[in-house]
Amino acid sequence: MIGVVTFPGSNGDHDALYAITHDIGAPAEYVDYRETDVAKYSAFVLPGGFSYGDALRCGAIARFAPVMGPIAEFAGRGGPVLGICNGFQVLTEAHLLPGVLLRNATLQFHCFRTHIRIEQTDTLWTSGLSDGEVLHLPVAHGEGAYFADDATLDRMEANGQIVARYCEADGTVSEQANRNGSARSIAAVANEARNVVGLMPHPERATDALVGGADGRKIMTSVLNFLNVPV
Amino acid sequence: MTMNPGQPRWRASVTVLPKTGVNDPEGEAILGGLRQLGYSSLSRVRAGRLFHVFIEAPDEAAALDQANRMADQLLANPVIEQFSVAIEPATE
Repeated sequence: MIGVVTFPGSNGDHDALYAITHDIGAPAEYVDYRETDVAKYSAFVLPGGFSYGDALRCGAIARFAPVMGPIAEFAGRGGPVLGICNGFQVLTEAHLLPGVLLRNATLQFHCFRTHIRIEQTDTLWTSGLSDGEVLHLPVAHGEGAYFADDATLDRMEANGQIVARYCEADGTVSEQANRNGSARSIAAVANEARNVVGLMPHPERATDALVGGADGRKIMTSVLNFLNVPV
Repeated sequence: MTMNPGQPRWRASVTVLPKTGVNDPEGEAILGGLRQLGYSSLSRVRAGRLFHVFIEAPDEAAALDQANRMADQLLANPVIEQFSVAIEPATE
């Protein structure tokens, strides 16, 4: 059973649940932010949205939600956790992922489709993808510019923690394709053990050709293969 | 944390600003606005936040210690932000 966490102000939780249960056909349910008994879940998705109204900084308050303690323990034991958009911001503020997401360089809210190139397939959420595979996914964020200092970025590159970068349709990484101004065009990262992944684009909004593409399916099916859930 | 009515109250002013070298598009946008208003002799704006935290503590040093820890743990994100703390007796 995959747990899709609902924080006050989450708005991507319904999309994530629908994508997993309807489009992919795997078991999932909502997990309330006050829940502390999470024993039945074998993976967690922290969805997009505006948890706690983005008070203080995006994701800064959600880290104190009661459910986050058990999820941090679960992640520490190697359990798969995916943070999408605001969920990614929550994971950085909770110190489960390195770095932080800053205001977009354009100062505008970005709401369009973008390409990302997969740079690391040895994670629980990208094992079903191939190295260099290009995905076309929607983004919807105001604070999506990934930042960490150069020493941290160098260490992450050496550890293989850069999971995806913004790119052109043909996979070329360029400043033009890096519209939010992320350090080294980073769109997705992993922790050192690579069971926790955060990404700014929305794979759960791209699981059916009817909504413009199904490139997001492989993110979800990767973890289901790991969990031996037939899809 | 409980109120200690016997202890003096302090106002900690915690100023949080982006670290040098961290992009601050908001500050740059404000800089552009100030230039539009005709202020030409300015080179940089850094946009941040000011928090007033009211603390009960036996003395100023204890209040400063608490405020520094609050800033480090929550009010600022040390990955991207630096902070400074000033303590004065609370009057409000």
